[in-house]
Amino acid sequence: MGKLLLDYGSGGKASYRLIKDIFLKYLGNIYLNKLDDAVCLEQIKSPVVMSTDSYTVDPIIFPGGDIGSLAVHGTVNDVAMLGARPKYLSCGFILEEGLDLALLEQIVCSMAKAAARAKVLVVTGDTKVVPKGAVDKIFINTTGLGELMLQAPLSGASAKPGDVIILSGTIGDHGLTILSRQKGISFDTKIKSDSAPLNVLIEKLLNQVPEVHVLRDPTRGGLATTLNEIARQSQVCCLIEEKLLPIKEEVRGGCAFLGLDPLYLANEGKFVLILPEQYERQALDILKQDELGKDACVIGKIQSAPIGKVVLQTTLGGQRLLDMLEGEQLPRIC
Amino acid sequence: MNLLNKFSNPELCKKLLTLLKNELIRPFRFMEVCGTHTVAIFRSGLRSLFPENLIHVSGPGCPVCVTHEREVAAFLELAQKDVVLATFGDLMRVPGPNKQTLKDLQAQGANIKIVYSPFDALQLALDTPDRDVIFIGIGFETTAPTVAATLNVARQQNIKNFFVFCLHKLVPPALKALLSGGVKIDGFLLPGHVSAIIGRGPYEFLSKDYNLPATIGGFEPVDILQAIYELVKMFNLNQPAVVNCYSRVVKDEGNQKALLMLKRVFEPCSALWRGLGEIPDSGLQIRSEFEAFDARKSFNLEDLPQVPPLKGCKCGDVLKGLLRPDECPLFNKQCTPESPVGPCMVSTEGSCAAYYKYLV
Ligand code: SF4
Repeated sequence: MGKLLLDYGSGGKASYRLIKDIFLKYLGNIYLNKLDDAVCLEQIKSPVVMSTDSYTVDPIIFPGGDIGSLAVHGTVNDVAMLGARPKYLSCGFILEEGLDLALLEQIVCSMAKAAARAKVLVVTGDTKVVPKGAVDKIFINTTGLGELMLQAPLSGASAKPGDVIILSGTIGDHGLTILSRQKGISFDTKIKSDSAPLNVLIEKLLNQVPEVHVLRDPTRGGLATTLNEIARQSQVCCLIEEKLLPIKEEVRGGCAFLGLDPLYLANEGKFVLILPEQYERQALDILKQDELGKDACVIGKIQSAPIGKVVLQTTLGGQRLLDMLEGEQLPRIC
Repeated sequence: MNLLNKFSNPELCKKLLTLLKNELIRPFRFMEVCGTHTVAIFRSGLRSLFPENLIHVSGPGCPVCVTHEREVAAFLELAQKDVVLATFGDLMRVPGPNKQTLKDLQAQGANIKIVYSPFDALQLALDTPDRDVIFIGIGFETTAPTVAATLNVARQQNIKNFFVFCLHKLVPPALKALLSGGVKIDGFLLPGHVSAIIGRGPYEFLSKDYNLPATIGGFEPVDILQAIYELVKMFNLNQPAVVNCYSRVVKDEGNQKALLMLKRVFEPCSALWRGLGEIPDSGLQIRSEFEAFDARKSFNLEDLPQVPPLKGCKCGDVLKGLLRPDECPLFNKQCTPESPVGPCMVSTEGSCAAYYKYLV
């Protein structure tokens, strides 16, 4: 299929071919097919929830996903966390000259599958080709638009003392998958990224559970960082029990080997759910019926003090603070 | 059950804690002298489970923290020369005089590379034959053998552009200096990693000359509790000795191969310690056979720059176990891990950082 040349991004004939043969072929729909400068979304109901993120993950293909599916899941999940139903995505590609066109097609195809699974449409897009070395193969930016399903959007500031903290599944899978590849280590176990769209499950949850206080996806910085953000925003303390944390045995082993802490590793298909204790059972039942929530469990509770802190009850029964991730920025994991 | 689980088994820890509690008939003040122990005690939650009359003090066991302000000033000066400075990441944020750090200098264009091993630094020298590469050698008896081995290879291969700025320090002389200074401690939890190299012998003076019990301990909760329990038992019986409680890793005679390598490349010298000042025979210097690689000689650093201690920072007293980190007036006020005033807040193994990060 050949390589990507600089003139594919020039806006001329070559770009048009690229758009038709790859982007429209997989992502096409009534909006995108018009190829206008912008898109008009007549159907959307207000209030609108919007989120954007750029994806630079290295390697671009990894066990459990690739940069294309990640770019859909990541943004869709961010929109969903506010209590919204994601509907539309925009998608900007920055491509490196010389990129294998077959690889690009593979990524776009994977995006299309991810979008279909998440029930969103890619409605507008852009492609730039930059000289070799200006980016690393493919960078993707996606912006998501969604419709709010609740009276008011969810926020990290609504956790209340007495609430329970539920985690939708195991932690550390995505971060360990990427970091181990970057270090050139491939574990011969089944460690793979958990990258997945959470919006459909969240919609089910919000439709049935009468009161949800916080939804957050523990991506960069991991569960520890997300809980710290919530504790600060809500001016409460998150008390977590180490022995309740769902961590796959192979992830635990891999982390021990590489000197990583799964509490600080990124997840791309998990969420933290904080709600009044009385709805715990109901929420867990809904989660556990779904493949994406089958390992869901309670990991702790919200208490009033110490304000703004996360306290970890260790397996030994002792207590210590669980701090935010700090220091050197980790390599590109999303 | 795998090996790791066995040594962090909650039931076993509970039993050991009860034993320890019963043994503690009066307050017992122990010092650990290893940053890895500091972190392990806090991270596992052990610290919050210690009986009330077990008083835990961290000593001069964090290599970054004990690096003297004059040594810090010297490597900051080196970074501003026309060289490539290779360093372990921990040193990047240690503030020198005027609060400057290697990180600041790097942002201003200094050529500083973070490496994970001295061999990476040597490789850097091989890859850039037209640049002088200087590796900052810090750490105790644990890291020094690898640096010695690197220097050995550099000499064998006759590499001309590789140097080591040697700031290595030795643990036993520092303990002696600490005790002569009158620090009040009832027993020592000795560092497992350092002891794996030097063995048990070099600590014998603790029981012989100072009548203090000491145990070499591993880093899992069970290891730590066992070692402390042994300390208290010896203390109560007034039968002080130096006991190796980490025999699955530490041999009484240490690691002879590593010791030989150390001896071949380095010789003891007097060294500067933050807070403790100059201690005779507590450092390592590069032997004359290897002097071509000695950054002190090649870059005119035989006299370290004279600089004042960091203003307001009590790291010296913290390292001597005289002050608890949270008793420092700057703790959690001007001094936090995001904007550290002293090295004890910078290093992940520093006791100020551990207090800040883990103490509920
Ligand atoms: S809290 Fe900061 S200023 Fe005080 S001793 Fe520790 S590092 Fe130094």
